[in-house]
Amino acid sequence: MTDIDAVQVEQVSRVFAGGRRTVTALDDVSLSLAPGEFVSLIGPSGCGKSTLLRLIADLDAPSSGTVSVFGKTAQQARLDQDYGIAFQQAGLLPWRTVAANIALPLELHKVPASARKSRVAELLALVGLEDFASHYPDQLSGGMQQRVAIARALAEKPRLLLMDEPFGALDEMTRERMQTELVRLAAETGAAVVFVTHSIPEAVFLSDRVIVMSPRPGRITREIELGLGPAAERGERLRESTDFYAAVTAVREALHGEGAALPVGVETR
Amino acid sequence: MRSPAPSTSSRLSSVWRTVVPPVVFGVLLIAAWQAFVVGAQIKPFLLPAPSAIWQMIHQNPALIWRASLVTGGNALVGLIAGALVAVVLAGVAAAVRVVDHLSAPIVAAIAVLPIVAVAPVLYTMFGAGSQLPRQIVAGIAAFAPVFLNTLRGLRQVRPVHRELMTAYAATPWQATRAVTLPGALPYLFSGVNVAASLAVISALVAEYFGGPQTGLGSLITSAAANSGYAAAWAYVFGAIVVGLVFYLATLGLEKAVSRGGRTA
Repeated sequence: MTDIDAVQVEQVSRVFAGGRRTVTALDDVSLSLAPGEFVSLIGPSGCGKSTLLRLIADLDAPSSGTVSVFGKTAQQARLDQDYGIAFQQAGLLPWRTVAANIALPLELHKVPASARKSRVAELLALVGLEDFASHYPDQLSGGMQQRVAIARALAEKPRLLLMDEPFGALDEMTRERMQTELVRLAAETGAAVVFVTHSIPEAVFLSDRVIVMSPRPGRITREIELGLGPAAERGERLRESTDFYAAVTAVREALHGEGAALPVGVETR
Repeated sequence: MRSPAPSTSSRLSSVWRTVVPPVVFGVLLIAAWQAFVVGAQIKPFLLPAPSAIWQMIHQNPALIWRASLVTGGNALVGLIAGALVAVVLAGVAAAVRVVDHLSAPIVAAIAVLPIVAVAPVLYTMFGAGSQLPRQIVAGIAAFAPVFLNTLRGLRQVRPVHRELMTAYAATPWQATRAVTLPGALPYLFSGVNVAASLAVISALVAEYFGGPQTGLGSLITSAAANSGYAAAWAYVFGAIVVGLVFYLATLGLEKAVSRGGRTA
């Protein structure tokens, strides 16, 4: 690959010093992400997957090691707005309409009003919420709120999207629909995605590569390369295919530590 | 042909259910009061009959109106000034920790001190012909609830919003304008709602300690001193109306802001 890596994490540790005992949230973690690659971080609670994402977003700093985003420091990338971010809570501002919420990052970064307006219209169409532009967040369902949050994360056409369990609070049906939409969005925008989840089928459906992590201390135990075809072709049929089940099984076994993972392009480092 | 929509009729019936019982209760109470005073031949200086009070209101509407304007005006000036100072200081206290620590004991003292007690001191400071002491008393009384509520509102930024602002590399001022201030607004106005009643009570009671004899409080004391018991009660009625107007107006403001603010 000739491009610079979207994300390069090198030998990063993060230790939280909390009074009597210290917690090692991440221990010697290395990871790299190619431009346009969709990577999921999966693991049980406390494995440091959210911490890793927060380090990439420069919402937290590593105790040791380096994080670079598009060849810059994580801080410079944040200041340059190289990534968009979405959390488990949609985190919309309740006093702003849907359109004004999506416009927020554009407003903060002084995009002229006319450009802002057309971009918001584009994004509303992208997430299928054209009819809800002037609604307030509390008038929307959880799934719709999360779609607004994703539109907001995409507002500045970032080449990197960071998502921390964005569908964690949604019901199963909404969740699957959102996953299908996200795969489409990621393919359309060509953005690299780091996606934190604890759902195995979700990680498998969305990703080009799944990073399996284990807790205490937080470490990467396995990386599983999935060959489930181009994002644009992923749909409901994929969820019922044997390849999908095989991949789910592989990730599950990697998670539970059984040595015999299926050979679905398993790659161990 | 009359077939009201079921929603209209049910809404009407719910209005009836909420409005009628208290009105009926109030009417019964006044009727019982009237019957008790007349039946037991209670002396007017103990308790005048509602009919006598109503007669006084009916005879002197202009006087009660003017006195209400004086007292209400003092309360309004005090409320606005006290709330403005409170909002500015709350902003400073939220931004600068040291100020918060320094001001906390003073604010606590203001919150528990019976402010009207300082009225006599203020009358000697500003002269007995001035309304200013009453406005200051109302202002100090209004200060504490607005300050405390606004400060709480300013501190109530959700972590997810704070992180979002960091992720957007927003400047502190941008974060304040986009997240902190709009989030604090409903808190501010619920503080103003509490402060409104306090301002009216304080402005009224401050009149008991001296100053120009034009407000409701002064007229209540002078009417009572001159055996005008029904008249005194008529002014009390005026005071209730002033208090209600302040309460409802600020409640309306609060509702309007929180509807726009959507802090369900």
